[in-house]
Amino acid sequence: MSAWILDRLWLIPAVPFAASLIVLSLPNAWRRRAAALAATGQVAALALSVVAFLPTVQTHGFRAAQNFTWFTFGDNALQLGFVLDPLAAAMLLMISLVGLCIFVFSIGYMADDKNFVRFFAYLSFFSGAMLGVVIANSLLLLFIFWELVGLASYLLIGFWIERPSASAAAKKAFITTRIGDMGFFLGMLWLYNRSGTLLFYDGGKGCLESAGLAMLGASATFIALLIFFGAVGKSGQFPLHVWLPDAMEGPTPVSALIHAATMVAAGVFLVARVYPLFSLGAINGVTSSLTVVVWIGVTTALMAALIAIAQADIKRILAYSTVSQLGLMMVSLGVGGVAAGIMHLIAHGFFKALLFLGSGSVIHGCHGEQDIRKMGGLRRFMPVTFVTYAIGMMALSGVPLFFSGGWTKEEILHAVGHWPPSHAPYYLMFAGVVLTALYMTRQIIYVFFGDPRASVDHSHESPRVMTRPLIALALGAILLSVVLTPAWPWLHEYLTGEPVHFEIGRLIQPALFVSLVLVSAGIGVGLWMYRKAGVQAGDRPAQIDPLEYAQPALFRFLANKMWIDELYYRTVIAFSWMAARLSDWLDRYFWDGLVRGFGAIGQVFAMFTTGVDERGINAGVDETTVGARGLGRLMSAAHSGQIQIYLGVVAIGMLALLLLYAWLV
Amino acid sequence: MTPTLQAFVLVSGALFSIGLLAALSRRHAIFILIGIELMLAAANLNFIAFWHFAPQPHQPTGVMFAIFSIAISAAEAAIGLAMVIAVYRHYHTTNVDQLDQLKG
Amino acid sequence: MSNAAFVIIAIFTLAAALAAATLRKLMHAALSFAVALVGLAALFFLLGAEFVGLALVFIYIGAVAVLIVFTILLTRRDVGKDRGFNWAGVLIALAVFCGLTWSILKTQSLSIVAPHIRALTVKRIGEALMTGYVWPLQCVGLLLTAALIGALILVMEEKR
Repeated sequence: MSAWILDRLWLIPAVPFAASLIVLSLPNAWRRRAAALAATGQVAALALSVVAFLPTVQTHGFRAAQNFTWFTFGDNALQLGFVLDPLAAAMLLMISLVGLCIFVFSIGYMADDKNFVRFFAYLSFFSGAMLGVVIANSLLLLFIFWELVGLASYLLIGFWIERPSASAAAKKAFITTRIGDMGFFLGMLWLYNRSGTLLFYDGGKGCLESAGLAMLGASATFIALLIFFGAVGKSGQFPLHVWLPDAMEGPTPVSALIHAATMVAAGVFLVARVYPLFSLGAINGVTSSLTVVVWIGVTTALMAALIAIAQADIKRILAYSTVSQLGLMMVSLGVGGVAAGIMHLIAHGFFKALLFLGSGSVIHGCHGEQDIRKMGGLRRFMPVTFVTYAIGMMALSGVPLFFSGGWTKEEILHAVGHWPPSHAPYYLMFAGVVLTALYMTRQIIYVFFGDPRASVDHSHESPRVMTRPLIALALGAILLSVVLTPAWPWLHEYLTGEPVHFEIGRLIQPALFVSLVLVSAGIGVGLWMYRKAGVQAGDRPAQIDPLEYAQPALFRFLANKMWIDELYYRTVIAFSWMAARLSDWLDRYFWDGLVRGFGAIGQVFAMFTTGVDERGINAGVDETTVGARGLGRLMSAAHSGQIQIYLGVVAIGMLALLLLYAWLV
Repeated sequence: MTPTLQAFVLVSGALFSIGLLAALSRRHAIFILIGIELMLAAANLNFIAFWHFAPQPHQPTGVMFAIFSIAISAAEAAIGLAMVIAVYRHYHTTNVDQLDQLKG
Repeated sequence: MSNAAFVIIAIFTLAAALAAATLRKLMHAALSFAVALVGLAALFFLLGAEFVGLALVFIYIGAVAVLIVFTILLTRRDVGKDRGFNWAGVLIALAVFCGLTWSILKTQSLSIVAPHIRALTVKRIGEALMTGYVWPLQCVGLLLTAALIGALILVMEEKR
């Protein structure tokens, strides 16, 4: 069984791809069949992922690569391949499981959409591409799938093409991530130039194995940073994070699947996958490229968490939360806690998908309203959504002991605390945890507590096809913690290959109390600050946020996303605009002027030649023409059009020649 | 007494003149073709005769020329007759007097 | 090669050719044309070019004459009418004949007798065609193919 799947890893992405193609060819009216087919493809991918998962559990540090030659040029062959190791297998399982829940949820959420069939084709396409990213054993193959994922993201963000904001967001996402991908591509070329292979693992010859790494030398830092730039784009890290909140224009299941659980995590996954490049030549676990990763991660995590506090759109809050959590994962990878980062990535995949689907359910129940200030009191109308959302919120906030997010955050904090160069990230991460708890508390108070406000008329619980996936994901968010606890860190062991034993004593650690204090502080402050959110208190109107009332300038700064979009608009986009204007001006006046100048010279010359032509040559030609015309008239009279006369003339001519010849001889 | 080269060339000349007569004086297009074929045949007779009377030893050049000439005149006949048919279809006549579209 | 045979064949050939050029009925003229070619082939035999004579019989009488007959039949409606002679053409042909005969008789170097020649076997012709003349042979083959395709296209019914 295990050998069977190792030779057929390509089946895992191929099945959803095939499902996507078939669904795309179905007529628009075959909604049920399309959904069933897409879900079947996802179930098949899940089953294959489970099969692929088994051998990695049985052997510690399992790794199997299956390479093939794509094409040969000269003496070189470009090889692609698939790899199965614990990292890939865990990601496969997470993606296909979360994906399946989201597929099922979408059946309910998208039920009234006229492009239902197309939606499922895109979702399947995305799923296949994402599974391909995970099992690629070649940086090039990974890049190909990476771009396919980007394409799927573009198509799905702009799914409601009739909305101008959706198509603008899709373009923004595509272009912004493309900036990062350019770095990725350059890094890939550089890597190929130095090591001569793009295979990760190739029996000791791959670029991540000792022989390949030895050829890199000092360039490894730059290659790693270029590749990290790709990850920055995809995972919405600091300078390129602007696309991710806008990507919420897509349907909510898309936000859940692509822009929370899987695709944006691809950047984190990429860094983890090529981690040997980052850690090459590490002294005490620190390299300059990893330091960059840490600081980018810290900046992103804090900035996004701050912005999330002042957002009003339920999905945007979650989007900034995603950005923040991805920053946290990057920090974890940067300080050397690869396993912790990936564990958080997997746990985050579950609870963030849960939160997004919960928000989808809320939006569905509120007839498309996304502004949390217009909701309120929904816990009475939507109990299942409320309970599952609360679970997701606590997992995200990092409430210890019962929720997966708590354990993984603890582990990350643990890793960050032991980073040799600086303790600043450690304390900044404290702030991040508090802020996370704070904005999630704010959101939940606004949405589910208090009195119903504007948009809550006739709100109702979502259909079962939507609540069942919520329950499944909520259970996942809780049960996953079983394999995450320090008492039995099975996932840690699985990912790193270090054997561990069950030890109940390790369950209680200092970090547990630290995070308990931090989360309590966050939730407590949140409860106190927002206890009267959405209602009138003192001289504060109901629609004004308490923070806005207390600190209007700060709130405006945060609500406007720290004016980063505006900054980009004034700088990057303005620069592009200026460059375009300059090119336009150059084109219009400078180059055009040159061309016109040459044209004018030509014109003057033409005037001169016209004069010569008309007065001198033409007159002569006219005279000649008159003569030629008369001659032609004369000659044309000889043309009777009768071949026999022609032939006769030829015969006479021949005879004359003959006689001349005979007379001469 | 055997005939000299002059006798053959005289016959060839007479044949050529007869071909020319057919080509020049008859109004039917097919006669013109027959005339052209006769003239070509006269040329072939010349090739063979000059080959026959050339000093020994000699290459079969004249015979070769005659063979190729026959092949080409066969092609010419095929095209010419096809044109006659095409012209007849189009103008419903094969009388070359009436075919004067090229009159200047 | 006797003088008598040559004179008989020559007169026969020229008479048939004259008939082909002057007979009123086109069908008769075409048949006379074939007969004239038979005479010409006999002259070729007389000159020791048996292969060319046979080729002439096959190609001209077997193919060209038959083609002419077919064409006559295909354009039949136009055949019956008497159109008479173009007398200017007759005059020109006569003039050419006189000029040719005068210049041939004037040329003394033509009064030579044939040397004894080695028989030109078909084997030799074949060898020559396949060695020294192979390129002209290929070209002629191409020409014939092109001519046949062209003839077919010319006579194809126009699509309405």
